[in-house]
Amino acid sequence: MTPTEQLKIVIVGHVDHGKSTLVGRLFHDTGSLPEGKLEQLRRVAERRGVPFEWANLMDALQSERDQNITIDTAQIWFHTARRQYVIIDAPGHKEFLKNMVTGAAQAEAALLVIDAHEGVQENSRRHGYLLHLLGIRQVAVLVNKLDLENYSAARFQQVENDYRAWLKTIGLEPRVFIPIVARDGDNIATRSGKLGWYDGPTVLEALDGFSATDRPDHQPLRMPIQDVYRFDHRRILAGRVEAGVIQVGDKIVFSPTDKTSTVKTIERWNAPATDRAAAGESIGITLTEQIFVARGAVAAHEAAPPYELSRFKARLFWLGKRPFAKGRNYKLKLATQELECFIESVDQVIDASSLAVVSRKEHELFVGRHEVAELTLRTRKPLAFDVHADIAPTGRFVIVDEFDVAGGGIIIGDNYPRRTHDAGTKSDNIFWSRGKVTPQQRAARHGHPGCVIWLTGLSSSGKSTIATELERELFNLGRSVYVLDGDNIRHGLGSDLGFSPKDRAENIRRVAEVAKLFADAGVICITAFISPYRADRDFARKIMPAGRFIEVHVNAPIEVCERRDPKGLYAKARAKEIKEFTGISAPYEPPLHPEIELRTDQLSVSESVARVLEHLQLQDDSSAISI
Amino acid sequence: MDHLSKLENQSIYILREAFNKFEHLAMLWSIGKDSTVLLWLARKAFLGHVPFPLVHVDTSYKIPSMIEYRDRLVREWKLQLVVGQNHAVLEAGTTFPNGRATRVECCGTLKKDALQQVLAKHHYTGVIVGVRRDEEPTRAKERYFSPRDKNMEWNVEDQPPELWDQFKTDFAPGAHIRIHPLLHWTEVNVWEYIERENIPVIPLYFANGEGLRYRSLGCAPCTAPIKSSARTVSEIITELRQTRTPERSGRAQDQESEDAFEKLRRDGYM
Ligand SMILES: Nc1nc2c(ncn2[C@@H]2O[C@H](COP(=O)(O)OP(=O)(O)OP(=O)(O)O)[C@@H](O)[C@H]2O)c(=O)[nH]1
Ligand SMILES: [Mg+2]
Repeated sequence: MTPTEQLKIVIVGHVDHGKSTLVGRLFHDTGSLPEGKLEQLRRVAERRGVPFEWANLMDALQSERDQNITIDTAQIWFHTARRQYVIIDAPGHKEFLKNMVTGAAQAEAALLVIDAHEGVQENSRRHGYLLHLLGIRQVAVLVNKLDLENYSAARFQQVENDYRAWLKTIGLEPRVFIPIVARDGDNIATRSGKLGWYDGPTVLEALDGFSATDRPDHQPLRMPIQDVYRFDHRRILAGRVEAGVIQVGDKIVFSPTDKTSTVKTIERWNAPATDRAAAGESIGITLTEQIFVARGAVAAHEAAPPYELSRFKARLFWLGKRPFAKGRNYKLKLATQELECFIESVDQVIDASSLAVVSRKEHELFVGRHEVAELTLRTRKPLAFDVHADIAPTGRFVIVDEFDVAGGGIIIGDNYPRRTHDAGTKSDNIFWSRGKVTPQQRAARHGHPGCVIWLTGLSSSGKSTIATELERELFNLGRSVYVLDGDNIRHGLGSDLGFSPKDRAENIRRVAEVAKLFADAGVICITAFISPYRADRDFARKIMPAGRFIEVHVNAPIEVCERRDPKGLYAKARAKEIKEFTGISAPYEPPLHPEIELRTDQLSVSESVARVLEHLQLQDDSSAISI
Repeated sequence: MDHLSKLENQSIYILREAFNKFEHLAMLWSIGKDSTVLLWLARKAFLGHVPFPLVHVDTSYKIPSMIEYRDRLVREWKLQLVVGQNHAVLEAGTTFPNGRATRVECCGTLKKDALQQVLAKHHYTGVIVGVRRDEEPTRAKERYFSPRDKNMEWNVEDQPPELWDQFKTDFAPGAHIRIHPLLHWTEVNVWEYIERENIPVIPLYFANGEGLRYRSLGCAPCTAPIKSSARTVSEIITELRQTRTPERSGRAQDQESEDAFEKLRRDGYM
């Protein structure tokens, strides 16, 4: 019977130290080469008039064989009596570090190869550091090409001492050091007479000595939502359990929005029905209360939620062609969350091959290619995350620069506050005075709790029209509702303000505070403001209780808005009679995750209103605005 | 978790990422065992549904029973099928073996060019393909999300980094992404899964009365059956666990020259 346990091993080390040769030889010596493969490789070498190389088994690209170098990482399978192995060969050349990282990030254990003649080199050290950063703790070091050093035990010992000292500084303790001659198969699958002084394990024995890592069931639950499906009448939240266990009946909180609900069912197709799913399982769940949850939310148990902050410390490696620079915006991807992010401060840049701190004047401004750094990052909206050392899958992220994944990082510990209840308050001495009428009593009087429906969009996109129609509908349904409209507010509450970014921010801040008071009084408050800046809208959201702020993106292409132009404002803006006009001479930052998007170029007014009403209905039960 | 469930869960994750990220998404279905397992995994991922079209690149040289089998599954599983074909070269009659094209050139026009035409016609920007790393050495270097430029070319020397299941989902206009949810499966895994899930596969994979079966299915002129007595899925698994013959040894186009297949794939072949 073939064993089914599988372990992924990456082979790393400096260029030309014999990694691919080791793989070729390992396959040959364990009888794992396909029939005819060896003969084929020999024939090709002969025809091309070059010496036969074991490395050609892995170096499959013509460009790799031409230069005798590995460019891209490759994977190949073999098995021992104990288990199956996926061998991931990584390139040693610095130029291809991103391919090395790609290979190593998938591995559970590593073999690090060092040429006995050349000794410890730049990438022996850099790869060791990156293995550690990527979280690989099982490492065996192979001291190769001892034929070039007369199979000397002393030379082996010297390389071992050198490299051990380095690994110690980064906190990595290798399992074993093995003297080998990869090309000839010494100490690979069988013990070598020429290295008779060595009595430790062979490479094959070292592999079988590694243990398979399993998914962390014992950790707190983390299930990042990947998608929401509505193939039939049900809303199914799809995702993979990254840590812990989820069960039917569990009360679940979704971060970073803090909405709660209870797991009703666990969904799978053509699989035995169970009411439980553990780390590693890709499942779907349905909820008892229909709350609004979208991709990116992280499901957790209430007792142990992730952090929800927009500022954190990280250790990062950079692979991009352009440096990671302060003052620019990037996309951060963590589990299924995608957020805009930027550097707050670069605290330290490290040369991973020497651990030396890179001291250049501009070191506070950017992280260069192949450098490692400790830095403080900020996201535009709160991010749900964990410290990598606690829960790895929600403690690591990548940075996308334009179209490319250009760097990766892990979140390191700091004194992060739990939950945001203490954020956003200005002074400890101002208290919110609570009257004798409770929010529950108000809600009972009105038949619903208050909330803010925040319409945002370009001028002429249809905000006011939708706001007034929606108000009429809700009023007819017996709800308490009131519209705060941009033009009206500017006549009074904001009459001292202009249209500079600063004044716009202040205007929106006032509106947000007033809307909050309306909502607190139990009214459904609809606001209709361009509110072009994300940060301003996020403020309005932040001061509201979770679930009581509904951002509606009233979205029509600018051409359409310009064509409508009932007040002739676009024409004036084009003629430069109005300065700082949103969409023409001032920016509009569309919402990244609005609760509702209304394409008013495609929907009629009544269709748009119906969508908002439908959304309000979804929020029934606990958060009940229910119409 | 057993090894097949691990493979399955990873593939489901990839399929769901693809579905979330690509508005114009399609899956290639060659009717063979791999793409049929892929189709099954899609039903797992989307809870019984297949929410995107299946593209079958029909070279017209496929073994006839493959088409019958295809049409039956389309009916039974309620699939949306798009058939692509390079009519121009078929009409010109230049294809292998009767025309002057070599096997590799023939693959280039009937499969790669036909695929390019379908992609352009339907504006697909994400294409799910059932290739595996253990099939042949250039596929061993593939990514799960693998970009192709506007000429369909694969820049294998400069592939995107891929770590922690964060995939390349941002790309320049005109480019498209090949998504490979089966990359980490081996040939034996595919059969073990077919056995576990009881997935219907085309009977050409089982030994006939003359002791021959197909191990890999392609066009009739370029695909040879192997000697085998395996008549059931579990007999195939036993046979594969012992064999040291490579899977695609029956595919003649791979053997035309040393780097024939690498060139084909660089140009946009699956
Ligand atoms: N003398 C001697 N040469 C060896 C040994 N192992 C490998 N080599 C030679 O070292 C050279 C480089 O080997 P590769 O296996 O390609 O090295 P690599 O580490 O895979 O290189 P990259 O992947 O490009 O980083 C080849 O010419 C091998 O033949 C050995 O044990 N002894
Ligand atoms: Mg190599």
